[in-house]
Amino acid sequence: MSQVSTAEQIEAGASAFGPHVRVAIKNLDFFYGTSQALRAISLPLYANKVTAFIGPSGCGKSTLLRVLNRMYDLYPNQRAEGEVLLDGENILAPDLDLNLLRARVGMVFQKPTPFPMSIYDNIAFGVRLYEKLSRSEMDERVEQSLTRAALWKEVKDKLTASGLSLSGGQQQRLCIARTVAVKPEVILFDEPCSALDPISTARIEELIDELKHDYTIAIVTHNMQQASRVSDTTAFMYLGELMEFGKTNEMFTRPQNPKTQDYITGRFG
Amino acid sequence: MSEVVLSEQTRTKLAANADARVGHLRRLLAGDAAFYWACRIAAYSVLLLLGGIIVSLIVGAWPAIKTFGYHFLTTQRWAPSARPEPILGGLGPIYGTLVSSAIAMLIAVPVGLGIAIFLTELCPPRLRRPIGMAIELLAGIPSIIYGMWGFFVLGPFLADTFQPWVISAFAGIPVLRDVFAGPASNLSLFNASLILAIMVLPFITAIAKDVFATVPPVLKEAAYGLGCTTWEVVGNVVLPYTRVGVIGGGMLALGRALGETMAVTFIIGNSFPIKASIFAPATTISSAIASEFAESDGLHQSSLILLGLLLFVLTFCVLSVARLMLMRLETKAGK
Amino acid sequence: MNDNPFYTVRKRKSTIWMTLCLAATVFGLAWLVMILATLLWNGVAGLKPSVFLQSTPPPGSQGGGLANAIVGSVMMTFIGVAIGAPIGLLAGTYMAEYGRYQKLTTIIRFINDILLSAPSIIIGLFVYTTVVVPMGGFSGLAGALALAVIVIPVVVRTTEDMLLLVPNPIREAASALGFPRSHVIRHISYRAARTGLVTGILLAVARVSGETAPLLFTALSNQFWSVDLTKTVANLPVTINNFINSADGNWKQLAWTGALLITSAVLGLSIAARSIGGKGSKS
Repeated sequence: MSQVSTAEQIEAGASAFGPHVRVAIKNLDFFYGTSQALRAISLPLYANKVTAFIGPSGCGKSTLLRVLNRMYDLYPNQRAEGEVLLDGENILAPDLDLNLLRARVGMVFQKPTPFPMSIYDNIAFGVRLYEKLSRSEMDERVEQSLTRAALWKEVKDKLTASGLSLSGGQQQRLCIARTVAVKPEVILFDEPCSALDPISTARIEELIDELKHDYTIAIVTHNMQQASRVSDTTAFMYLGELMEFGKTNEMFTRPQNPKTQDYITGRFG
Repeated sequence: MSEVVLSEQTRTKLAANADARVGHLRRLLAGDAAFYWACRIAAYSVLLLLGGIIVSLIVGAWPAIKTFGYHFLTTQRWAPSARPEPILGGLGPIYGTLVSSAIAMLIAVPVGLGIAIFLTELCPPRLRRPIGMAIELLAGIPSIIYGMWGFFVLGPFLADTFQPWVISAFAGIPVLRDVFAGPASNLSLFNASLILAIMVLPFITAIAKDVFATVPPVLKEAAYGLGCTTWEVVGNVVLPYTRVGVIGGGMLALGRALGETMAVTFIIGNSFPIKASIFAPATTISSAIASEFAESDGLHQSSLILLGLLLFVLTFCVLSVARLMLMRLETKAGK
Repeated sequence: MNDNPFYTVRKRKSTIWMTLCLAATVFGLAWLVMILATLLWNGVAGLKPSVFLQSTPPPGSQGGGLANAIVGSVMMTFIGVAIGAPIGLLAGTYMAEYGRYQKLTTIIRFINDILLSAPSIIIGLFVYTTVVVPMGGFSGLAGALALAVIVIPVVVRTTEDMLLLVPNPIREAASALGFPRSHVIRHISYRAARTGLVTGILLAVARVSGETAPLLFTALSNQFWSVDLTKTVANLPVTINNFINSADGNWKQLAWTGALLITSAVLGLSIAARSIGGKGSKS
């Protein structure tokens, strides 16, 4: 798979869609110490669209996601080279303020990660960092976010209960509410349903579909049905390289790359 | 493809949003840096503490080092008020420290391991926690309480029953006759060793329990599956697998025993001359410091600090070896 | 199969060794029982309200109590922990949060483990030469500092251990919301590790409240009501040490009662610390 044809595909995808590019990943390499995990990745994330990253375990899809909010910066010996432009600004620039970046690029993790505090505080806590809201404004924001995450009805009478007291699916929606509350522009989902039962999974998928009206969304999933259900564009990755990128319905019906074909038909991975 | 097409309106909105955040964040980040540096300085202070201890001991011990040199290590006589010059040699307390700790380890290691084996292999699960906790409580009893108890209860008991019995039992055997020579005494090297053994017992048990837990259950199950008895599993699988850790735990306990102060001060008799018999009074470095330091000055005080320095170097070496051995086991368990 | 003589020997051998292990356990527990029994036997007799209300008596007199020594001990322990615990907490935080992957942290952990087991009398010598001599005399402050030096490694160790138990995803989740690092640590990691951190500090209190050796030539002790930290301060361990060896019956009784008090306090604290810690690790 050569670099040129990937870029051509991206070009084609962009013109086919017409929407504007919110995040542009250009020629991205990523290293864990000396081992290279991503090679020359280039792809766009479109505004108000859901982009799915699929591929077998270890293909680098989660790594790619963690570059987009520079989560890898928490660990030593991990580095990214190339460019990732968020609204034209390179987020890999060393002097970039990471806290501000992460407030703009929210992330929901594989396992639900409620903070050890009340449901209300789980949401208010992040908001307080960046905005000075009155008590009533904060109440409103909490309600708004929980409603957005389709959780409000279930928890409105127990906002002071610990976030840890919720069920797994509720915890994950709480995490989504928490992310939405700080008003990000991009939301990254890292296998958000892998620890959840089918019903909770369906609710989260519905939610993602709703959220894309306001946000740019990227989701890593190992579940191909999920990718086909929730995403508008799909990137197939294999061994740290981008194999194919395009409209989801096209890729799942007429994959261009034989590797993609093998993967989505379940021949490996 | 990379051209970002954003409406002018969105751009302004985003910029305003970002500006508000930047303002709020600036205030937070000052605290962020302050917290980082507070943590960092505190972490360095641990290193500084060790350096400070070593430097202060060397400075304090310098007059004694200058006066006595290496003779300090070979001289038995401890005469702070000798005329015209005090004569101070550290051999007595050094000998007492090493021998009392050695005897303590001879008693504590087998017993401590036995308890750990009992707790991990034999004990009914319901009793495991209470018995384990009771043994750990032994470590919580303050040192001075051991001293008092040793002085008033253990010492007289040993002097009345155990010691006379041992002394008469070995009376006819050369060498041992001298090691276990009378008279029986309330205050003796052996009594101090026994108290030390009890004091370090919980450390050995606790560490042995921890390292026994690192044995993969499949290994033990495989041995039981071959028809091994409990003892054969312990002797052929558990102990060989955890050997390094057990030795490390023993060294850690030894480090404790070498520096133990109050309990020993009460019961060892604080006598500087070296005697062959372990039933005779002796002294250790820490008990010499504890009993003489507050009333000492000049060269006498400097010599006590020099003893302290020697003790610190000794425990430092023993504890370093212990830690390195335990770290080796941890990396093995980690893999 | 049970008739196999070889097997019988093996089995008997195992039984003998295992009986020895049981005997070792009984041996260990027996000491605990004997020591506690002696303390109760000798200490309870002198347990009167006056122990807590009156100061230590002059030699040869009747009555009196340990009030000054108890207050002095509590004061020095409190100050020692108030100085040592924050330093230990911050240092442990550095090791677990900021410097987790640094070589420096390995070195600090190694040094800290050695300080943790270092003879406490050496700490006394250290504080004597660096505080008592420059200040020109024994003082309660020097005693408190000696205790602080003992507190630091205990708290460093438990803090690091407890923070390392906090799962990384929760840190990432907080960072992903744009929290500055110190906020993640103070509001998320500390909160998640709360019970463990409290346990560490309680263990440190338990450890220092029975310490005698480092106070012998830092705080010294005295016979009076003394709350001035720049002078010698009466304290329980050294008072016990001085009274127990005297011929005065009243003093001796007070020493036993003091020993009972100090042991109950220390054991109570360590049991409390353990049960809190046990609960924390389960939930």
